[in-house]
Amino acid sequence: MNVMAKSVGPAAADLNGLGASISVRGLAVTYASGLTAVHDASFELDPGSICALVGVNGSGKSTIFKAIMGFVKPAAGEIRLCGRPVAEAISRNIVAYVPQSEEIDWNFPVLVGDVVMMGRYGHMNFLRMPSRVDRYKVDAALERVGMSDFRNRQIGELSGGQKKRVFLARALAQEGRIILLDEPFTGVDVKTETAIISLLGELRAAGHLMLISTHNLGSVPDFCDQVVLLNRTVLAAGPTAEVFTQANLERAFGGVLRHYNLGGAQLHDDADPRHLTVLTDDERPLVIYGNDRKKMPSPPTQPDEPKKR
Amino acid sequence: MMSELLVPFSYEYMLKAMWVSALVGGVCAFLSAYLVLKGWSLMGDALAHSVVPGVAGAYILGLPFAVGAFFTGILASVGMAFVRQHSRLREDAVIGLVFTSLFALGLLLASIWPTSVSVQTIVLGNILAISDEDVVQVAIISAVSLALLLLRWKDLMIVFFDEAYARSIGLNTFLLKALFFTLLSACTVAALQTVGACLVIAMVVTPGATAYLLTDRFGRLIVISVALGAGTSFAGAYISYFLDGATGGVIVTLQTLLFLAAFLLAPKHGLLAARRRRMTIAGAAP
Ligand SMILES: Nc1ncnc2c1ncn2[C@@H]1O[C@H](COP(=O)(O)OP(=O)(O)O)[C@@H](O)[C@H]1O
Ligand SMILES: [Mg+2]
Repeated sequence: MNVMAKSVGPAAADLNGLGASISVRGLAVTYASGLTAVHDASFELDPGSICALVGVNGSGKSTIFKAIMGFVKPAAGEIRLCGRPVAEAISRNIVAYVPQSEEIDWNFPVLVGDVVMMGRYGHMNFLRMPSRVDRYKVDAALERVGMSDFRNRQIGELSGGQKKRVFLARALAQEGRIILLDEPFTGVDVKTETAIISLLGELRAAGHLMLISTHNLGSVPDFCDQVVLLNRTVLAAGPTAEVFTQANLERAFGGVLRHYNLGGAQLHDDADPRHLTVLTDDERPLVIYGNDRKKMPSPPTQPDEPKKR
Repeated sequence: MMSELLVPFSYEYMLKAMWVSALVGGVCAFLSAYLVLKGWSLMGDALAHSVVPGVAGAYILGLPFAVGAFFTGILASVGMAFVRQHSRLREDAVIGLVFTSLFALGLLLASIWPTSVSVQTIVLGNILAISDEDVVQVAIISAVSLALLLLRWKDLMIVFFDEAYARSIGLNTFLLKALFFTLLSACTVAALQTVGACLVIAMVVTPGATAYLLTDRFGRLIVISVALGAGTSFAGAYISYFLDGATGGVIVTLQTLLFLAAFLLAPKHGLLAARRRRMTIAGAAP
């Protein structure tokens, strides 16, 4: 990702940047099992911003994504993407989705280039024959994430970070105004994380709207303009500075945090609030937790506001 | 000697058997490219056995066999879905239950009512004695399936690779999967004629599995798989002339031999290549 082309391509910037917005009002999603995973959720997101969707495991982050992509029908409420209903937005290729790594079969016989080309399918004709433009956009997307040299690799033969970049390249090739990333930093090294974040920054400058679910609280204030705090419903939503506060995070993570503090011997061994102090200084909690602990939510921290106790 | 080898080509029934086998083998191999990727291989087997009562019933009633087969194929799918939803049994148990019950029913039907078709024909297939109407049915099923697959193979690939993404770009994944399973049942029915219910599973698994070892690109996997399926089926029918019958056995044996060859010798994913790589690494290490 160090080799990143500077321009997004003027067409992409103009067409895809304008008015990318997500509006969720009174959303409720009930699964077939009868479980209401999300209820009464409302938030508005503006174009040209990066928004974090933050909450513990099972708080409904993936459910919100599924609702935005129309995979699950809301039991109540309404979602509008760029002012359009979900189905219409999907058919216009407005939404590009970067899946969680666990959703992919890494043994599937496809090469890196083939995966990125999938991003163009929505733009192709009935027979899905790639045009010169499609090929060009695939090249450009691979170049942008620094994966050009890997285009003929089978996707299983990549590192965790490289895999993520490939799927990000697919989203770029798709040219969606709205990009959804489900836990993009899970199983990714710090260098790739930094590179992804800087790429997201460029896309923001080009007017894209990115919604990112993450456990990686430490870096949220660094690159997210807005935060939606989730726990079965929206606890708080708005600009990072207002929403990403100690008090709010404790509301969202309270029980879970205490649990992990008690159990996490590699953090520190006592359960009192001083944990927070210790970890406040760590900008990237993910670096501390190894891969095996990747599901663990990081403690709420605000690097620029160390808590003094 | 030479002329002896050409004898099968001088009989019309042999020519018919060879090209019908090749057509069916090719389409089944096309489907196998998808099946082996999803861990759905046993679905092919289940469907092939489930349609037996439909085929037997159709012969008894004098209907085209495809009609009966299709009816029981749908019945089997709905039955499996129903049992799975309303019990806590796991998927493999449900598949096993439903297809064996239908298969048993088929054998019962075919043995109670004396019909033009014997149990043996359904279970083992008999392409050498295939009737002209059946040839027409098999040819239509295969040709339509092949055409649909050629039109939609990329969409199906995305659905199999990354279903969530497929939906996010507006593909109707439910319809595409329904299309796939409809084609699968139709083609297993066609393959009943050539290799019989017991060996259909090989037709919809082995070529894809072999090709999977030979390439890392899905498009090529399909081409290799179809070539293997059609080639072995054609050759199998041809060889079975000299062995007097047992077409299904010959076809599947050929397919298995090719699989073993790939398993050992495939340039990248074969056993020997893997060993060579290990040796190189061991040799390079100080
Ligand atoms: N397909 C499903 N059927 C039933 N319940 C589900 C399904 N998917 C998720 N859930 C439940 O919905 C809740 C929210 O899940 P999810 O949105 O995946 O959370 P997150 O992504 O924040 O970890 C969880 O309790 C989960 O068990
Ligand atoms: Mg999730």
